[in-house]
Amino acid sequence: MSTLDFSTKIASKRFSNPIFTASGCASSGQELSQFFQLSEIGAVVTKSIMTKARNGRITPRMAETPSGMLNSIGLQGPGIDVFLERDIPWLVENNAKVIVSIAGENVDEYGVLARRLRSVQGISAIEVNISCPNVENRGQVFACHPDTASAAIESVRRNIGGELPIIAKLSPDVTDIVEIARSVINAGVDGLALINTLLGMVIDLNTMQPKLGGKTGGLSGPAIRPVAVRAIYQVHQMFPNTPIVGMGGVSNGRDALELVLAGASAVSVGTATFGDPTAVIKIRDELQMLLLERGFNDFRDAIGFAHRASS
Amino acid sequence: MDEKLNQLKINKNAKQIKAEIISNKKVGPYHHMVFAVGDIALSVRPGNFVAISVGGENSASILRRAFAIYRAIDKGLLGGTVELVVAPHGSGSKWLCSLNVGDFVDLIGPLGTAFGIPTTPANTMLIGGGYGSAPLFALAELLKNRGCRVDMVLGASTASKIYAPLEGKRSVSSLTLSTDDGTAGVHGQITESIPRLIREFNTEVIYSCGPMSMLSSINKIAQDFDLVHQCSVEESMACGIGVCMTCVVPVRVEDEIKMLRTCIDGPVMDGAKIIWDKESAIEAITK
Ligand SMILES: Cc1cc2nc3c(=O)[nH]c(=O)nc-3n(C[C@H](O)[C@H](O)[C@H](O)COP(=O)(O)OP(=O)(O)OC[C@H]3O[C@@H](n4cnc5c(N)ncnc54)[C@H](O)[C@@H]3O)c2cc1C
Ligand SMILES: Cc1cc2nc3c(=O)[nH]c(=O)nc-3n(C[C@H](O)[C@H](O)[C@H](O)COP(=O)(O)O)c2cc1C
Ligand code: FES
Repeated sequence: MSTLDFSTKIASKRFSNPIFTASGCASSGQELSQFFQLSEIGAVVTKSIMTKARNGRITPRMAETPSGMLNSIGLQGPGIDVFLERDIPWLVENNAKVIVSIAGENVDEYGVLARRLRSVQGISAIEVNISCPNVENRGQVFACHPDTASAAIESVRRNIGGELPIIAKLSPDVTDIVEIARSVINAGVDGLALINTLLGMVIDLNTMQPKLGGKTGGLSGPAIRPVAVRAIYQVHQMFPNTPIVGMGGVSNGRDALELVLAGASAVSVGTATFGDPTAVIKIRDELQMLLLERGFNDFRDAIGFAHRASS
Repeated sequence: MDEKLNQLKINKNAKQIKAEIISNKKVGPYHHMVFAVGDIALSVRPGNFVAISVGGENSASILRRAFAIYRAIDKGLLGGTVELVVAPHGSGSKWLCSLNVGDFVDLIGPLGTAFGIPTTPANTMLIGGGYGSAPLFALAELLKNRGCRVDMVLGASTASKIYAPLEGKRSVSSLTLSTDDGTAGVHGQITESIPRLIREFNTEVIYSCGPMSMLSSINKIAQDFDLVHQCSVEESMACGIGVCMTCVVPVRVEDEIKMLRTCIDGPVMDGAKIIWDKESAIEAITK
């Protein structure tokens, strides 16, 4: 059988294969290492970290929905100090490629986090989660407006200096995701991550009240995959030179290939890991088979293939 | 090492396997199910649970379901078994109950913490609500072997919902039943009998498993009597392996309140450290 070059690139960084974990769906990586070696996958994208430790929201924090789930975690995390002291060294020691996801409550917090990360060894990229409420703007989510989205990214850009690629993670809950992509590309990102969860709600018929403690929650899982494919397709069509980390409902190799054909240079797996801790490994192997079956010998030839005029 | 830097890991014995169903019997409203799990059985401690995928290959239910381990038996070369008591509740547990002998499920276990055992013999009381009695029988056996007195109190809304198999009762010094409708044992809420039984048996340690509201009431009693209270809590879990952060409860850790994952730091937790009251919990985590 022919061989496949399965490696991929996000800006200047090379990854041995294009399957990553999704932020918030692999915690800090240690838990999954009981089931496979983290060096087996392209990269571990860590749970979005903020400057201070956070307790997050009250329970219930999840509701299963048909082929999906709602979550309302509220960015619980240990804060950047403990993260840098405990989680990063452990990941590096275990030969994982690491993409650090950061989140802020205001524009300055993004900058502060970027400054803390700029000289840390062993990080391959920074993913900027801008789907968080901006406390300085009535809790409006940064990712929902081109101005606030680019302000958060500029704050990171100014503070990161040099080497580390910046990936902006966008929300699909907008009228025109291409506009938001344009604004963050103009602000200097090296890549995009598409898509974050979609806002949803479930009402409990026993209590006749919203089921989640936080009332609303983010929808993820196979139910959102067509939205992810559409968003990736639209953005790749307009900005074919900006690498995209695609995600949203990927649970097997077929799903991953669909996102790649739409324009993803790498694929993050989130909710599927909850159902199967080794999902990332299975998806990686299935994707490799599917590419070979279709005659690809370089993964990168498949990226955005759906945009080619059919002959 | 600094408490904050402790590496919190999932049960180090946890494995993901395809487990064959070797028995599935209806017992009252529950199903007693036995799974062939190989050497996983060896590392099970009372209090541990398993997480099972439900619905089959193309299921729209994408999350695992958690079930307390009722009993684990290691049969040497024949391999081990794990037994569960499953209440058909919603679509996932009903699907599980509908499976036949010879069918396989995707199972991860053993997960979570186990009940702590007193270092010297003590008078213990084990309190279970509904299927919450399941993990208490293996605990009773272990406690009895360590020389503890074991008094068991089981309650449910009605008689048929009390799960108390014959084989499970041999390790207990006394068994008290209580039902909300009076169809078996004491008529009333399980918690109403507890203070009297604590005095009668000179209870020193309480173990409990059941609905959160019951655990919360038991915790108040345990505090009134100044007793150690180990409880197995039940929060909605999406993954069971510590990666989603949905299954948390607010817990006092030193002088802070932390949202701890019940699939890793639980399900068995120190009742005295949990913030049971919803209002105080909200206040504690939003301050
Ligand atoms: C540590 C632990 C031990 C448990 N032990 C047992 C046991 O020994 N026997 C038994 O019958 N049941 C047990 N449960 C409860 C069992 O997990 C739920 O009844 C089951 O998940 C319901 O799934 P469903 O698809 O039938 O119901 P649905 O209501 O359709 O489930 C929808 C979603 O909500 C979650 N969910 C619903 N009810 C519960 C619940 N009570 N606790 C946690 N998550 C819930 C499910 O996981 C699922 O993701 C335990 C739960 C936990 C957390
Ligand atoms: C429980 C949970 C927690 C999440 N936490 C984060 C987070 O901290 N930061 C972030 O950028 N995205 C977070 N996400 C979104 C995922 O990274 C991903 O974008 C989304 O779930 C879609 O992918 P999936 O369908 O494969 O899960 C979270 C998703 C879930 C389900
Ligand atoms: S159930 Fe996912 S972290 Fe506990």
